[in-house]
Amino acid sequence: MSDLDVQIPTAFDPFAEANADNSGAGSKDYVHIRIQQRNGRKSLTTVQGLKKEFSYNKILKDLKKEFCCNGTVVQDPELGQVIQLQGDQRKNVSTFLVQAGIVKKEHIKIHGF
Amino acid sequence: MAEEENQNELVADIAPFDPTKKKKKKKVVIQDPADDSVDSLAEKTENLSVSEGLEATFSGKKKKKKPAHSDLLSDEKESVGEEVDDQPGDDEEAGEIVLQQLPWEGTDRDYEYEELLGRVFNILRENNPELAGDRRRTVMRPPQVLREGTKKTVFVNFMDLCKTMHRQPEHVMTFLLAEMGTSGSLDGQQRLVIKGRFAPKNFEGILRRYVNEYVICNGCKSPDTILSKENRLFFLRCEKCGSGRSVAPIKAGFVARVGRRKAGT
Repeated sequence: MSDLDVQIPTAFDPFAEANADNSGAGSKDYVHIRIQQRNGRKSLTTVQGLKKEFSYNKILKDLKKEFCCNGTVVQDPELGQVIQLQGDQRKNVSTFLVQAGIVKKEHIKIHGF
Repeated sequence: MAEEENQNELVADIAPFDPTKKKKKKKVVIQDPADDSVDSLAEKTENLSVSEGLEATFSGKKKKKKPAHSDLLSDEKESVGEEVDDQPGDDEEAGEIVLQQLPWEGTDRDYEYEELLGRVFNILRENNPELAGDRRRTVMRPPQVLREGTKKTVFVNFMDLCKTMHRQPEHVMTFLLAEMGTSGSLDGQQRLVIKGRFAPKNFEGILRRYVNEYVICNGCKSPDTILSKENRLFFLRCEKCGSGRSVAPIKAGFVARVGRRKAGT
């Protein structure tokens, strides 16, 4: 949500980040990876905030294949499209997204415990 | 590498002149061979014999260790100097370093300002710690978590923790619930009841994140801050250094329907 390291007064260029990816709408360029508990020891991983240009279905297909789990793309009225995956795939998803070059590591936020 | 470390540890444990455990490696390396070569040699032999007695299988160690001594010597000195340079900003680290060994010891270079400053602070801290502005650590007690039934978790000392952080319970609660992606409420005894099964460790991680984002001052790292809301935005003001920053609003994000089949979404 907030980027903590911005306020440190160093030679850090505060506009570097904003200029680098001006395609995202302001602070919304974070990719949120969340987990949600279901009944029993089941859980659900949601990936929210990927760039609109990406084909969600293609990403989902690869994610499903990679982690051997099922998943779907959900259309949310406010947040747009959200990828849902079965099971706790937070670590997997973040490494996958970074490795595939879809998102930079510092733009991923993992939520949940 | 592992062997080497092992060995160094051993040496550090045995060597009589460093009682502190931290920075064992450096200590071992730094021993100046020029001044008291006889002593150190004697010690070395002692150490070697002891360590060999302990683990006789690593026979190649002796050779490995000696060169490490000689070439690490030069850059170790530099790094020590650097650490002392950091010192005025970071009080807690520097204390131990200079305490163990003065960085100029064993060389005939001039003292540097930062090193001397570090030394003064050190002595001050040793003799009367309250003058040195040593930061007191705010210790948060670990969250006590009970299970209510099988599907609900009760966070017992929730109020306590909110008080230690000086935060509104509502704010902490919204953050916790948003992060966990569940729902919950405060019960009669001001405990937090959360839907879902969570271990104390989970709470700890989330609380840590909460403290980092909404409690700790970025400038001086003090937890003595006030969170205030000014026209819809939350601002954090530090009581110690007076700095302020805005903090991100808590957003729950996407919450999937679980349980019954989706009705609306």
